[in-house]
Amino acid sequence: MSVRIRVNGVEKTLDVDPDMPLLWALRDVLGLTGTKYGCGEALCGACSVHLDGQVVRACVTPVRRADGHAVTTIEGLSPDGSHPLQRAWVELGVPQCGYCQAGQIMTAAALLKAKPKPSDDEIEQSMAGNLCRCGTYARICAAIRKASGMPEGER
Amino acid sequence: MHQRLLPFAVAFVFAGCGGPTGDTPKGPTDLRKIAPGELRAPSDFAGIEDTRARSQALFLEASRVFTHPRCVNCHPNGDIPHQGMNMQLHDPPAVRGPESHGVVGMECTSCHQDKNQALTRVPGAPHWALAPLEMAWVGKSPREICEQMKDPKRNGGKSLAAIVEHNAHDALVGWGWHPGADREPVPGTQEQFGAIVAAWAESGAECPAEGARP
Repeated sequence: MSVRIRVNGVEKTLDVDPDMPLLWALRDVLGLTGTKYGCGEALCGACSVHLDGQVVRACVTPVRRADGHAVTTIEGLSPDGSHPLQRAWVELGVPQCGYCQAGQIMTAAALLKAKPKPSDDEIEQSMAGNLCRCGTYARICAAIRKASGMPEGER
Repeated sequence: MHQRLLPFAVAFVFAGCGGPTGDTPKGPTDLRKIAPGELRAPSDFAGIEDTRARSQALFLEASRVFTHPRCVNCHPNGDIPHQGMNMQLHDPPAVRGPESHGVVGMECTSCHQDKNQALTRVPGAPHWALAPLEMAWVGKSPREICEQMKDPKRNGGKSLAAIVEHNAHDALVGWGWHPGADREPVPGTQEQFGAIVAAWAESGAECPAEGARP
């Protein structure tokens, strides 16, 4: 089956099994390896990407669901790593091992687009499906607040 | 011991000392015995001559589906869905969100697809979402569920005909019979369930008494 997807703003036509996980299509077919394989069961969030702006777990999303739609990966979040979240991530030194961070940033980006000034509860609820084995949660939340323009101590 | 004797005592009261006769109207206790995974047919209720009692008995039969964890789990009475036969809270931690579709980054369809994912065991069906809070079934009796289901203010503005159609043919409702992986399905088939709900509606859509259980 031929699948047409707009990936990071570029039209792509893929000749793949329609039930192939979107994650495999991105990583193995298109070479976009910024999106990570974590659990493979939609439990950790490492593979989070945007499908028409909505966060999906690429490891369980069949590529057919993306047919005719737009997918954004961490590579497409900004052309030069200048998205406010990416800048905040660097400034606060958020990652430790870094494996989960692409998924964390993609979920946070969707959150800030929908809610430019999220409350702490909203941050917690939206980020609850993105796990970090290094435990960088406090820095992740701080970076989201920084990117949103909110003072870190504000509640 | 008392619990073991109770069904016999109830049967004795309904049947009278001489047992059922041609003159004695059939009651709900005379229903055909079935296995836990089966659902009775409307014809099994034909012997209940009182229309109101027959309608109530039909709803109780349908409530074997309505109150099954497979259905109730996504009709929570709070902001967190349940999962599994033990109705534990959803893990990963998902919340209802403003439209019962989850919150940004954790929408229901961030993970749940339009069909079950065999390898990952993630359940899926079209338009996967929670029922609105006014349709909460967790902790509710069959009567309470019945009253909610008939109330247009709490059933999405549905007519009785629309309720029958929804239960008989909706794909997300139908997931209950095909939950995938090793999940226990709800009793019977969706076709049989639809027939029971239709028979309930046709017989007056009566709600069972509070305390009545299937």
